[in-house]
Amino acid sequence: MTKEERLKKRYRAEKRFQMYGLISVSCALIFVLILVQNIFSKGSSAFSRTMIEVQVNFDSNLLELDGPVTQTSLKDAEFYDLAVESLLKIYPSKDTKEERQVLRLFSPDYEYEIKDYLVKNPNKINQIVPVKITASDDIDQLNKGNFPRDLPEDRRRVSNYQLNIYDNLVEEGKIDKKFNNYFFSKGDSRDPELAGIGGSLMGSFFTIIICLALSFPIAIMASIYLEEFAPKNKITEFIEININNLAAVPSIVYGLLGLGILLSVMEFPRSTPLVAGITLSLMTLPRIIIPCRASLKAVPPSIREAALSVGASKFQTVFHHVVPLAMPGTLSGTIIGLAQALGETAPLILIGMVAFVVDIPSTPVDPSASLPVQVYLWSEQAERGFVEKTSATIMMLLGFLIVMNFIAVYLRQKFEKKWN
Amino acid sequence: MELNNSKIKIKAKNLNVYYGAKQALFDINLDINQKEVTALIGPSGCGKSTFIRCINRMNDVIDICKVEGSIQLDGSEINEKKVDVVTLREKVGMVFQKPNPFPKSIYDNIAYGPTIHGVAENKDQMDEIVETSLKKAALWDEVKDRLNEPGTSLSGGQQQRLCIARALSVSPEVILMDEPCSALDPIATAKIEELIDDLKKSYTIVIVTHSMAQAVRVSQKTGFFHLGKIIEVDSTEKIFKNPDNKMTQDYITGRFG
Repeated sequence: MTKEERLKKRYRAEKRFQMYGLISVSCALIFVLILVQNIFSKGSSAFSRTMIEVQVNFDSNLLELDGPVTQTSLKDAEFYDLAVESLLKIYPSKDTKEERQVLRLFSPDYEYEIKDYLVKNPNKINQIVPVKITASDDIDQLNKGNFPRDLPEDRRRVSNYQLNIYDNLVEEGKIDKKFNNYFFSKGDSRDPELAGIGGSLMGSFFTIIICLALSFPIAIMASIYLEEFAPKNKITEFIEININNLAAVPSIVYGLLGLGILLSVMEFPRSTPLVAGITLSLMTLPRIIIPCRASLKAVPPSIREAALSVGASKFQTVFHHVVPLAMPGTLSGTIIGLAQALGETAPLILIGMVAFVVDIPSTPVDPSASLPVQVYLWSEQAERGFVEKTSATIMMLLGFLIVMNFIAVYLRQKFEKKWN
Repeated sequence: MELNNSKIKIKAKNLNVYYGAKQALFDINLDINQKEVTALIGPSGCGKSTFIRCINRMNDVIDICKVEGSIQLDGSEINEKKVDVVTLREKVGMVFQKPNPFPKSIYDNIAYGPTIHGVAENKDQMDEIVETSLKKAALWDEVKDRLNEPGTSLSGGQQQRLCIARALSVSPEVILMDEPCSALDPIATAKIEELIDDLKKSYTIVIVTHSMAQAVRVSQKTGFFHLGKIIEVDSTEKIFKNPDNKMTQDYITGRFG
């Protein structure tokens, strides 16, 4: 082989390698795009909700009010009769079966929506006012085009009669879509149109705060001690190996630990962010300690020597120079550890966060769900409305993770000081 | 081996240093005179740096390093556990091979030492310490208008003088220099050498160097190390003109090393 041929061969090898690289990067990108596209196409419709406009007759006789009309008396009043009477007027029905079908066009909360409207606008009493009421999941999906209309009636969730009403309402312009604030403000529900991630958002928030408060100081102190002060002997070596092993322990094992110790022995309240936060901080600790120690190790020894040589004590050297220089890496390691904890599902299922919780938790000791568990819960539901809610929750979760990772990158770049 | 009648500042007696099982220094006996520059020369890995790091107990940082024997500073033993290294290092400053300013402002680089030792009582005193230190290190004129800029933004030679100023800021008696010019260009080197010449009036200086010419230019006394042993110590003039030892002769004429 001549020299030129060899040279050509070398260049060819380089080209080939670059091509393999390009192919793998494109594969990865395509998979990510498919995932994102899939989630968005399924989930984006969850951010709007179908409303039906109804002429409500706020007839005070139907409210059985004793005494004058005040906000408190309205709050206590029974709105069921009034609501049903107004709702049934949207379309003529000939028997109770059809009446029931008319009512099923609306979300079961119609009574409270009408009540809320009057409580907010008490001057509308004894007037006939158009009120927009949340449609049931079936109508919602029909309106969003997720519902096949050409199936035979017995295989559809919406009867021909209901379809007629719907088409009629569309013609009259009484069907409307609005931003789905319920998705963010409400807790879980059996009815997809009323289910929201408000409860699981708060649950995840409390969980992460507890996890941060517990794991960050412990991990920082542990890594500083191990890296800077601990004598290098068999015991520290043993601890070191075990920390590395703990980081690789499947998260469900931590769930079992939480179940066995926190719930059974210490009798902490079940399904609460408190227990979830403690369990996740056990899991997160080694995952924070490892990057913390790495960033401490990455501080050049020349900086330590510089500080020691002007007479700084070990403690001063570490806390005046090494730790501040290691902070960017430490913080980004912590945030990435927390992001992992935020997306963790398995241990939370074991400690009972999988319970169906309607109320939004106001303290860390209230029963609650969390975002990833909410995804798990809703993904098991059959209703089409939960499918879009599942994807929308995944979008929210991914959004939080991306934001956290960006903060980590930002911190690292902003505070990273150059040394030589 | 007493040269002229100058006072001995540092006296090493039967100093042995081990890194784990490996012995790095063998029975070192060396006297370092006050207000004089002592140069240590020798091939890489011969133990020069290890020796000067014994003088400010910098080897304490290395877990596996064990120092045996005696080093006296002004007649008092420093190689003992009970000696406080913080006060020792206040007296014995050090400048390293690679400039290693803190990633802080020029001002803070100098002010750090005096701050931790609580030397300055107020901002004015601190300003004064920073100014005199920088002046002594011949850096003041170049940086006086940008004391708040990071120390790392200076050129290599300026950074090294900043490190010298930092060492001076705590008013040491001895300054150890571990190849202070090896990362610098000839112009910066010349400046540092000039500075060393100036500093020897008030400080005892021990300098490790790979440059024979530098040893000749700056030092009054030279020690030649080889494989962890001191081969020869004498006045610089004698070592470079008429060494007793054949090995020294070979090394300084560049036949090995």
